Amino acid sequence: MAYEIIANAATPQQREEKAVLRIDNVVKRFGDNTVLDHISFDVNKHETVAMLGASGSGKSTLMKCVNLLEQVSDGQIWLGDLDITDPRVDSDEVRARIGVVFQHFNLFSHMSVLKNVTLAARKVFNWDKERANDKAMELLKRIGMDHKAKEYPDRLSGGQQQRVAIVRALMMDPELLLLDEITSALDPLLVGEVLEMVEELKDQGATILMATHEMHFARSAADRIILLRNGKVAENGTPEEVMDNSTDPETQAFFRSYRS
Amino acid sequence: MRKEETVYAVSPVEQERQAFRKRQGTRSIIISIVSTLVLAAAIMLTLHFAPGWPRVQHTFFSGEQFAKSFPIVLQGLWLNVRVLIYSLIGTAVLGTLIAVIRISKSAVLFPLRILAQAYTTIMRGIPMLVVLYIIGFGIPGLGIFGRIPVEVLGTIAVTMSYSAYIAEVLRAGFQDVSPQQRASARSLGLTSGQTVRLVIIPQALRKIAPALMNDFIAMQKDVGLISTLGAIDAVRAAQVQVALTFNFTPYIVASVLFILLSVPFVIINDWYTAKLRKREQTGGMV
Repeated sequence: MAYEIIANAATPQQREEKAVLRIDNVVKRFGDNTVLDHISFDVNKHETVAMLGASGSGKSTLMKCVNLLEQVSDGQIWLGDLDITDPRVDSDEVRARIGVVFQHFNLFSHMSVLKNVTLAARKVFNWDKERANDKAMELLKRIGMDHKAKEYPDRLSGGQQQRVAIVRALMMDPELLLLDEITSALDPLLVGEVLEMVEELKDQGATILMATHEMHFARSAADRIILLRNGKVAENGTPEEVMDNSTDPETQAFFRSYRS
Repeated sequence: MRKEETVYAVSPVEQERQAFRKRQGTRSIIISIVSTLVLAAAIMLTLHFAPGWPRVQHTFFSGEQFAKSFPIVLQGLWLNVRVLIYSLIGTAVLGTLIAVIRISKSAVLFPLRILAQAYTTIMRGIPMLVVLYIIGFGIPGLGIFGRIPVEVLGTIAVTMSYSAYIAEVLRAGFQDVSPQQRASARSLGLTSGQTVRLVIIPQALRKIAPALMNDFIAMQKDVGLISTLGAIDAVRAAQVQVALTFNFTPYIVASVLFILLSVPFVIINDWYTAKLRKREQTGGMV
């Protein structure tokens, strides 16, 4: 299956190193509980960055901060040249520039697959129905789901729902794609079809920040691994550097626990 | 997308299961018919042998009185229908507004939230009849608005009382929609208002349709209370007939008409919720 889902897919030569997302000293506290403790890293254009870490290490919270579903307690987050933590920024506009896929798919159960995929185009970008439907059908066709366009989400398998959710997130060609543990709610047989799709997206030049527990996938798909521990960036490097060659005993212990 | 059902050849095990289910089905139907007949017979015999039955029958179920009062009560019912339609629109608008205010998190709306909460608490506490008196006799008593028809005052009272109930049902429904749906909608760039309108309300309505229907039917009956203000609705028309003839049959006429009025809504509601369930959820045996 060859998807071509990203508009203007860039060849590797064209790829320039430019931060699409810059996380700069971000702190998030819930009361006295510091969940994110001065986190800093970049996600460059066409780069796939995987955030790893034990449950409660702050991955999901950081995702929510980037998507403005949570407010940071300190620090800044830049999307391109825009400081999205600035309260004067239009959050709805920022969210529309970022595609998000959730662990539990979160498709709208009262809307057909096609309506789900076209909702943002119709209501946020004011596309006419024909244009939105054409593009959505095109995308659905590429993942082999066009025959399900009129179905309702609850009648699809988990893997199908998640692939539709990915298409929904990609519909408006987002600058950044956030994947928040998108395979955690899927059974092992369905994980493959979703990850395959993510690999295709990456090959077409998507910029992706993902939180995941799939170590093999992180190793093969990610250009860079960020390991979070107790709300801090414990490691930041290529998969080899972080997963194989780290000298930090805690990092070694973390990956050992997954290997066994 | 309706396709012709294909008939598949099935194994003897399945054939036996199908035959068993069919027998069970037939048995259930027979049992229900028999029990209904027994119950009906018991009621009829009890009434038949009750010493006062002929008089009760004459007082409540007189065919002659039924025919005579039917057109008059029906005319009264037309007022109920009109008041009902206006109150329904008013209740839907006001109830939704209050519910949306109640679930809003905006700091600006804080005073409105307190007001909305006070409104639902107070209005649900006051008996409908008292609301009717306060609005129906209080407002004209102020002498500001001139003469307002009692039908209008009644509509206002019904709307005020029922929007408090409806607001709470709606609020429960809105809050029952998973916060993840809201997060998902906002992530697409939808505004807070669009999220409520396009995602929260449609999903909530599916869950609370039966509860809303309950309130709607109760409202249909309570509209009859506007007769206390002097409006000639179905109940009042029946009352007038009763006063003229000393026969209670007109009340039965009114009741039958109210039941008939509610039946189409009940059927539509059941049909609609079943349709949505079938379309949006995978079925199962339980």
